[in-house]
Amino acid sequence: MSNAKIVVNGLYKIFGSHPDQAYELLQQGKDKDEIFETTGNTIGVKDASFEVYEGEVFVVMGLSGSGKSTLVRMLNRLIDPTYGVVEIDGRDIVKMSKSDLIQVRRKEMAMVFQSFALMPHQRVIDNAAFGLEVAGVPREQRYERALKSLEAVGLKPNAYSYPDELSGGMKQRVGLARALTNDPSIMLMDEAFSALDPLIRTEMQDELLRLQSEQRRTVVFITHDLDEAMRIGDRIAVMQDGAVVQIGTPEEIVTSPANEYVSSFFKGVDVTQVFQAGDICGKGPKTVIERAGSDLNSATEALKNSADEIAFVIGKDRKYEGLVTAESLLEAKKNKGGKLENALVANIEAVRADMSLSEVLHRVAHSRYPVPVVDDNNVYKGAISKTALLQTLDRAV
Amino acid sequence: MNPEDWIEINIGQWVENLVGFILDNFEPVLDAISAAIGFVALGLENTLLAINPLVLSAILILLALWRVGWKFAVFVLLSMVLILGMNLWDPTISTLALVVGASFVALLVGFPVGVAMAKSDTVEALVRPILDFMQTMPPFVYLIPAAMFFGLGKVPGTIATVVFAMPPVVRLTNLGIRQVSVENVEAGRAFGCTDRQLLYKVQLPLALPSIMTGVNQTIMLSLSMVVIASMIGAGGLGNVVLTGIQRLNVGLGFEGGLGVVIVAILLDRLTQSFGRIRTSEGFFTRLMRALKGEQQKPTVTGSEQSETPRRAAS
Repeated sequence: MSNAKIVVNGLYKIFGSHPDQAYELLQQGKDKDEIFETTGNTIGVKDASFEVYEGEVFVVMGLSGSGKSTLVRMLNRLIDPTYGVVEIDGRDIVKMSKSDLIQVRRKEMAMVFQSFALMPHQRVIDNAAFGLEVAGVPREQRYERALKSLEAVGLKPNAYSYPDELSGGMKQRVGLARALTNDPSIMLMDEAFSALDPLIRTEMQDELLRLQSEQRRTVVFITHDLDEAMRIGDRIAVMQDGAVVQIGTPEEIVTSPANEYVSSFFKGVDVTQVFQAGDICGKGPKTVIERAGSDLNSATEALKNSADEIAFVIGKDRKYEGLVTAESLLEAKKNKGGKLENALVANIEAVRADMSLSEVLHRVAHSRYPVPVVDDNNVYKGAISKTALLQTLDRAV
Repeated sequence: MNPEDWIEINIGQWVENLVGFILDNFEPVLDAISAAIGFVALGLENTLLAINPLVLSAILILLALWRVGWKFAVFVLLSMVLILGMNLWDPTISTLALVVGASFVALLVGFPVGVAMAKSDTVEALVRPILDFMQTMPPFVYLIPAAMFFGLGKVPGTIATVVFAMPPVVRLTNLGIRQVSVENVEAGRAFGCTDRQLLYKVQLPLALPSIMTGVNQTIMLSLSMVVIASMIGAGGLGNVVLTGIQRLNVGLGFEGGLGVVIVAILLDRLTQSFGRIRTSEGFFTRLMRALKGEQQKPTVTGSEQSETPRRAAS
């Protein structure tokens, strides 16, 4: 996962003639507007450096005019960078010859566009086969592969329709299929779902995630929509005025935004979608009793010495077993023969760490006790108390 | 004091000198152009005139049926009857040949110029004023050098027509290519088009409606010029109109004019039909299918379509 597929280093795009002068002013710390006044140059992207790892969905987020579309176009050189390095699999495409670049575009990377950019005079199947047609693949082969990718996006029945007979969502499926047909290792998606209505957009995001789960490609996804970024991004880069101001996982960016601009994105964001149970389970009660080597007396003692009202009981390999309270321990001592197992409070089921907060919200709100969190193998990770939940919700507002 | 007495700019003299210079020094070139144009224009006319009027009418009617529809086919049928009834078949065909020949040459030259303009801002800046000049100069003016270079007859008529009719196809080819959406061009490049592939696979197909409008306009302008060109002996329906003027014969003039209108409608509808991006089946496809006894291809309606992918995806 940590192989760098795309390495971007010191990337600049300065529009207009005589970029050197504008570059000098940039180094002196002048801002966009000042530079435009003095030189007439527009700063598209300034000093962007980042790595995109193989197989991840790397989201570039920013308001319109922040340079994200320019940035993604420099990755396949639809726009030539003014300065800097873009390495794809270790090869600098900025210095590449035109014919090498065309080969890279045909084999390594495909692009999906906001306005779909389908060819209206071609049928869906020809659109899907466009990349192969350009590369000179014989008709039968390219139709075969195009049909396969159309099938992957659920459009095989419409292969012989024309684009203007399709709805918006279907058109973008064709756009997606066209990108998939080339079997690229990198997909560049420029606001790919922004033109779709919200319901279809979510559907397409799911589609993308599903396709990623079948075959992991490196995806660079441009969006201005935070919810979308949170949903599909493994990591997010936030751009402001042409510069990358923060790179991190969705959680990192929400919990510690680099500046006011980044945090302004999260105003009104549904944090219950952003956070998972595992992210906040460290803040619950900390008392844990290992069943092996404990009995009712030592458990009661441990609970008494802690600040917590309850304790979680774990077994071999830290597997979650249950929860005890002072009352349940006392009860067990009196009536049930003095075994620790008998002191466990009934019906306390753990939630999984990868569940989103929205899914566990109800459980935590209606449970008398903090809700334990476990991973896929039932290993105890922590617990979520009502207080911790409220604090999380509060901070994000 | 008349200011005209002390300012003397003799452009007329210069132009005459230039024409004289060309005549003296480039005669072989002029002869070659004349031969080439003559081959196209006269060849076409002779071919069309050699076909029996009924056969040619039938061909035109079928063409109308295929490209436009049965109503237009009926119109073409009535037009042919009218032209034969007015005894104007030969001049009409002569005009048709002249228009088609001149338009063909205008497109042959104009289309590449339009593409070059779209590809380069410099070329556009250079060509645009020339086009403006060509379009605003009164068409009669072209007749003089054309007659001087090439004498009287069909060849100078065709050449004057080419010059007058070329601008629309140049302009609209340029405009059409420049108006292709940026993302479509980017898509072409992002999937690895070479410059040539980008032109043939993306820009020209998407500019086609605009280019065909240009072709249509060029043909219409040729038609209007062909009437004027009859003054230097281009012949055809223009000659009929001209004779009508000279003899103040209203009836003859009207008949000639009617012939021009019919040719115009015919060419207009037919060329426009090629500008549409056809997605539905034409008449003959349906006819062939019916003859083979096949079922109509199930056409999927919008509502059905939007259902399918969602079902497939869920």
